[in-house]
Amino acid sequence: MEVKAPKKEVNKEGFNVVDKSVDKVDGYALVSGKPVFTDDFYPQDALTVKILRSPHAHAIIKHIDTSKAESLEGVACVLTYKDVPRVVYTRAGQGFPEPSPYDTFVLDKKVRYVGDAVAIVAAENEKIAEEALKLIKVDYEVLDSVLDFEHAEDEDAPIIHDEPEISGAYDPKHNIASHYEMEIGNVDEELSKCDVTYEGTFYTPNQSHAMMEPHAAFSYLDPNGRLTIVTSTQVPFHVRRIIKRIFGVESRVIKPRIGGGFGGKQAVHVEAYVTAVTLKTGRPARCVYTRKETMTASNTRHQMRFKVRVGADKNGKLKVIDLWGLSNTGAYGEHALTTFMVAGSKTLPLYNKVNAVRFGGDVVYTNTEPAGAFRGYGAPQGMFALDSALDELAHKLGMDPVEFKLKNSIREGETSPVFKYMGEGREGVEQIVESCKIEECALEGAKLFNWHEKRKRKRIEGTKAHGYGVAFAMQGSSIAAIDMGGATIKMNDDGTFNLMVGATDLGTGSDTILAQIAAEALHTTMDKIIVYSSDTDVTPFDTGAYASSTTYVSGNATKKAAEKMAKEILKAAAEIMKENVEDLYLKDGKVFSKNGDSLTYSEIQTRLFYTFNQRQLEVTESFVSQVSPPPYMVSFAEVEIDLETGKVEVIDFLNYVDCGTTINPILAKGQVEGATAQGIGMALYEEHIWDKNGRMVTDDFFTYKIPARDDIKNVRVYFAKSYEPTGPFGAKSVSEIGLDTPGPAIANAIYDAVGIRVHKLPIKSEELYFELVKKGIAAL
Amino acid sequence: MLVRFKLNGEEVEAEAQDDERALDFLRRLGMKSVKEGCGEGECGACTIIVNGRNVVSCLMLAPELDGTETWTTEGLSKNGELDPVQKAFVDLGAIQCGFCTPGMVMSAKALLDKNPNPTEEEIKKGMEGNLCRCTGYFKIVDAVKKAAKEKN
Repeated sequence: MEVKAPKKEVNKEGFNVVDKSVDKVDGYALVSGKPVFTDDFYPQDALTVKILRSPHAHAIIKHIDTSKAESLEGVACVLTYKDVPRVVYTRAGQGFPEPSPYDTFVLDKKVRYVGDAVAIVAAENEKIAEEALKLIKVDYEVLDSVLDFEHAEDEDAPIIHDEPEISGAYDPKHNIASHYEMEIGNVDEELSKCDVTYEGTFYTPNQSHAMMEPHAAFSYLDPNGRLTIVTSTQVPFHVRRIIKRIFGVESRVIKPRIGGGFGGKQAVHVEAYVTAVTLKTGRPARCVYTRKETMTASNTRHQMRFKVRVGADKNGKLKVIDLWGLSNTGAYGEHALTTFMVAGSKTLPLYNKVNAVRFGGDVVYTNTEPAGAFRGYGAPQGMFALDSALDELAHKLGMDPVEFKLKNSIREGETSPVFKYMGEGREGVEQIVESCKIEECALEGAKLFNWHEKRKRKRIEGTKAHGYGVAFAMQGSSIAAIDMGGATIKMNDDGTFNLMVGATDLGTGSDTILAQIAAEALHTTMDKIIVYSSDTDVTPFDTGAYASSTTYVSGNATKKAAEKMAKEILKAAAEIMKENVEDLYLKDGKVFSKNGDSLTYSEIQTRLFYTFNQRQLEVTESFVSQVSPPPYMVSFAEVEIDLETGKVEVIDFLNYVDCGTTINPILAKGQVEGATAQGIGMALYEEHIWDKNGRMVTDDFFTYKIPARDDIKNVRVYFAKSYEPTGPFGAKSVSEIGLDTPGPAIANAIYDAVGIRVHKLPIKSEELYFELVKKGIAAL
Repeated sequence: MLVRFKLNGEEVEAEAQDDERALDFLRRLGMKSVKEGCGEGECGACTIIVNGRNVVSCLMLAPELDGTETWTTEGLSKNGELDPVQKAFVDLGAIQCGFCTPGMVMSAKALLDKNPNPTEEEIKKGMEGNLCRCTGYFKIVDAVKKAAKEKN
């Protein structure tokens, strides 16, 4: 099926609602603390569901005795692998068929990491459920485990997935979940011809999403016996499909407000457990993860290692990029292939003028918490290696890194062969870049940051060093030719419209910006748009909130639906007013004729309800894009290094972003600020540590540090004047790109300050301190 | 035990178990604004005001509320009118997912009740116990500044 991108827009000016910082449509409810999150309104008679988790990194359940737990008063059921369907699936919430391997069971006889589910307990209250967990006796046969992803492919490494049902994994006998490689031109040949080359190996950590609301869901049978699941998910339609695959039952999935996700809720976590209990007992069931479970037994970012080789001629023309990687998917292969490919597909096209480019490597299983989708989705990992290497090359060439990166980066009207080679889990699509303001981002950003002036300053003074770094980034807007969003608009006789979308606002403000798009196209005001998202029984399909797709895909679907509704209104008005449609126009919630007559939307729908050619005006439109227009961004960092301790402070961080039209500037700015903060966390603090038995020791906010207010100093955000012709009112994505730059920009700034190249994130002060000692510049 | 206390300006009497957390007790009484983000006193999502001080209710037992004057976010808006602190959060886009917001609002309120003209440093210090993963905190600090200005 071919669906064409919408026609180019010419009218860029004169928006009434779009490009305005209107209040969030859910702002009042959220600031008032209304019961809008999953665990705020579960049924009173719901059973509390708790999970018994494996204390071993790799083991077989030899025997499991649940009799004592079952006989405890108040326990409704205890389920083990014997009690749930043995259906292999992936927890990854992706389009169907999923590019992730099917390697997971709700409960299995084998456990593959500390925290893996062993049994499900449902009881009348939390206390009883916890008591019951202690009464389950499990005999394990403990197997050898592999925790270090660089040893997952060793000859003597234990095989983590030896189940016969596994499918879609590349080489499970060698713990390889996925493998990918591509080469355009000949990188070895090109490297040999370069005047300047650099080669280095870079590591990025297994960051936790650490969204404030832990994973939560409840389920019940409706009065007709149909399963309903209310869940804090980014992907309600994928949840419905996966639950049907596992349990063979149809369901309704309702998504209330989501307390943050960042990709962490793009997977089936608690939904399968509550469903198992409701189907077994017929009773409502509720499960809320503790912070420890959210940390240890959900998902992390894929830890990656990239060996990068780059080369340029003496004039500073970049000739070749080679990125060869290894990614750690943990115990299960959720998003294994796709996050890995994005490390190349959302970084390499930025430098499209090279003669040769290669990308590839393995994604391996280990006995650690499964990795999954996380804001940036591989791009921050790939860009840390690539941008650091380009920074090295610029220094070798004696060029300003801004000048070097800008000289070699993509421009409007250009393309990159990588777009066609690399999609997500498959081949990509060709595309010409129609909006790219990277020059403005780099040059104006440098001016605002005072880049050239600052670089003339003395770097080391007393016990402090200061340094200045720059990083370039791109992302995408949706997965081209896969992501689909639907929007339904219904007109009411009071002049309001119901906008129903499958898109899931996980705090980003998508309900608000979709309402703005609808209001703009319908020539009405925000208060007339009532947004409902998302309920698989009511709202049209949407792949979900991921891959930077909501503004672009769901926004285009909303715009198409609103424009169709506008036509329906004009048609109805023409009939009522006995005018030609061409002689009518919409303005301020009314239809006007040339002679000045007018009808309000309310009057039109009232007539259509009761007295004239009676009908309900309602339209549904879908949108899928054949392209994924990248947003672009250039970030400048100033760091201060304490030479006595190695402590790094990011004292100024300036982002200049091209995301096309900002549908809601204040919300767009919030996306960039928040992503920068998460990126600073990844660059300086966030990493999980396991003990030798595979138990995560960084399992709460005491031991796993996310940035608090005082850790984030000055962050500035500017937007380029940009308009994406294929986007809704010129918009591209903005939510992920901000995470791509902090790692490399901070690392480059450290290099600028003290001449130490950081090869591993997070940059721990003690490690940096010892490097400073080695270099003889630590203040002792 | 029977807990008698003033909740959001009204006298309340309710049975609480001795080992029940104030967080669970308040949510049981319908105060769903009190959120559990970590259960260890680290994230601040369950912040309430007890006798004028912002405290994390996950580290407090329900019987400790006896005889106190306690406020949750539910008590801030009067007849649907938002408190200036709440209004500033909406106006300045200081809310993304909103899960940390009630706790943030309570910390901001406690701060401004004690110190109507806080400096930026005092705001950062006052809000330090509340984690937010969405915003990067900038707009939250701006909102507290704005609320202080409006209250004066």
